[in-house]
Amino acid sequence: MKSGVIHGLLAEFDDPTSLVAATERAHREGYRSMDAYSPFPIEELHEALGARHSRLPLIVLIGGLCGCIGGYGLQYWSSVMAYPLNIGGKPLHSWPAFIPVTFECTILVAALSAVLGMLALNGLPQPYHPVFNVPRFALASRNRFFLCIESVDPKFELEQTREFLMTLGPREVSTVAD
Amino acid sequence: MSDIDDPLHAVAGTGTPPIIAPGHTFGSVTDKISAIVLARRTPLGWYAGFGVAFLFTLLLFVSLSYLVMKGIGIWGNNIPVGWAFDITNFVWWIGIGHAGTLISAILLLLKQTWRTSINRFAEAMTLFAVACAGIFPLFHTGRPWLAYWLLPYPNTMSVWPQFRSPLIWDVFAVSTYATVSLLFWFVGLIPDLATLRDRSQSRVGRVIYGMLAMGWRGSAHHWHRYETAYLLLAGLATPLVVSVHTVVSLDFAVSILPGWHTTIFPPYFVAGAIYSGFAMVLTLAIPIRAVYKLEDFITMRHLENMAKVMLVTGLIVAYGYMTEAFIAWYSADKYEGFVPLNRLTGPYAYAYWLLIFCNVAAPQALWLKSVRTNVPLLFIISLVVNVGMWLERFVIIVTSLHRDFLPSSWGMYQPTFWDWSTFLGTIGLFLSMLFLFLRFLPMISIFEMRTILPEAKVNE
Repeated sequence: MKSGVIHGLLAEFDDPTSLVAATERAHREGYRSMDAYSPFPIEELHEALGARHSRLPLIVLIGGLCGCIGGYGLQYWSSVMAYPLNIGGKPLHSWPAFIPVTFECTILVAALSAVLGMLALNGLPQPYHPVFNVPRFALASRNRFFLCIESVDPKFELEQTREFLMTLGPREVSTVAD
Repeated sequence: MSDIDDPLHAVAGTGTPPIIAPGHTFGSVTDKISAIVLARRTPLGWYAGFGVAFLFTLLLFVSLSYLVMKGIGIWGNNIPVGWAFDITNFVWWIGIGHAGTLISAILLLLKQTWRTSINRFAEAMTLFAVACAGIFPLFHTGRPWLAYWLLPYPNTMSVWPQFRSPLIWDVFAVSTYATVSLLFWFVGLIPDLATLRDRSQSRVGRVIYGMLAMGWRGSAHHWHRYETAYLLLAGLATPLVVSVHTVVSLDFAVSILPGWHTTIFPPYFVAGAIYSGFAMVLTLAIPIRAVYKLEDFITMRHLENMAKVMLVTGLIVAYGYMTEAFIAWYSADKYEGFVPLNRLTGPYAYAYWLLIFCNVAAPQALWLKSVRTNVPLLFIISLVVNVGMWLERFVIIVTSLHRDFLPSSWGMYQPTFWDWSTFLGTIGLFLSMLFLFLRFLPMISIFEMRTILPEAKVNE
């Protein structure tokens, strides 16, 4: 039985250096389905997990372009086609006057896509996650650092993986119920 | 930049204090900041402060209700002074908001780690200031229940907003600014909400903070996208904050009124906004750090840096005043030339001279290190600058409007009781929201404070 009942094994560390070292070791050992948890962002950790670049910047770029084209298009359509009005003899398509609103729309849609994109890629909001079943995991938002090797990993064998984790010098290794 | 690499220690030889007092750990930083929020007992002083602030909020509700009943005739505005306290207060509040975004976005991009302990409440201050600012144009429309007409939406009347008007630009700029500031603030709060969820002793706290934290668990994959998003937001907020006060200044500069029709307005308004915003951050930070004993986190270094930003932006504002007067003379236009003379010697000369004292003369004391490190004196100067920046907007608006081209249409403006009550009411609303924020949310970013500790470094 490899999965279903348990989510994985969670090793607890005292400081960021040991967590990064442990994650690198586990990655070299061949584990891929794993995640590291820390109370603040650690740049090296993302690399140690062998993770790829995020698609977020592309999402934000597309969002910004949509806002830009949408904002300008709205002004063009409403001022030239839907409701043409002569304002002080200015041309109907008075593009310099349309720049501020176009700019604000660009920023607005780009910012919304940055936040919503980040949450969506992270799968948040997520009401339930098995790691919270370990009581000590509450310290992940205070001063402890965790590495979780998940049971879906093909290399995962409960006893062997536990022994491997013990060699990394953790404070404690706990089984995470699914 | 040794001070950035080693935040714990004073910069050798310069006497610069550290940005966090020595001896703190991940645990102690977390406990100290979260304890203020999670304490079961609310301090009596909090009730007293919130009570007074809330009384003024009630005054605001009364003033606005009366305004909706009677119309904006209860204010002193009348032709020729159609804009007065309402727009003065609008510009004042929106300007105050600018420091929050500047501290959180621009200083982040410039890698100024000292921003960490002041960005959270500066951002909160931005949100509350923008909320107060929004009230004025909204109620100045006279029929605030029709304010949605300002937005472009398909309607049975087949009319659309007039996009060549700076007033419509303002609607877009201010609403975008409010939205992006809220996003920035909330994104920054997510990891701290998770900390509060995990540390709260009460069930209600766990449920509410838990829902707000949205299941944040500090995963390395999440942190990576989180930091990308945060950096991108900072990059987007930086041009935004400059654009907002530029658009506000265009409300004036695009008109042909002498005293308003000038190209110095956008940069001078942006500098003024940052100036007043930093003054307000100091006005709030000085009492807060004393009451909540946060001198370890908001050190003299922070106060001094903010004083320096005030000095610089204050000088830019002073340059703006000089340029205004110079161009009025240089234009050889008699209407333009009359504006500075009227400001210096006309019926509102008292406001102009007081403004010069508050914004130009008083802050020169900040050249002295002994003043920048004297907390009570710094507090007084920050209050003086707040008053000065309010007077600046009053002078720009009222003195320009009350004497335009035709002497037959000249007039005077006197604020009424309701002008004052609405203004004081928004200060009450601002402080009430601030008190609630201090009680229920961490006023200093906990996770960012952890990152500036030396033990947060990975040694390979």
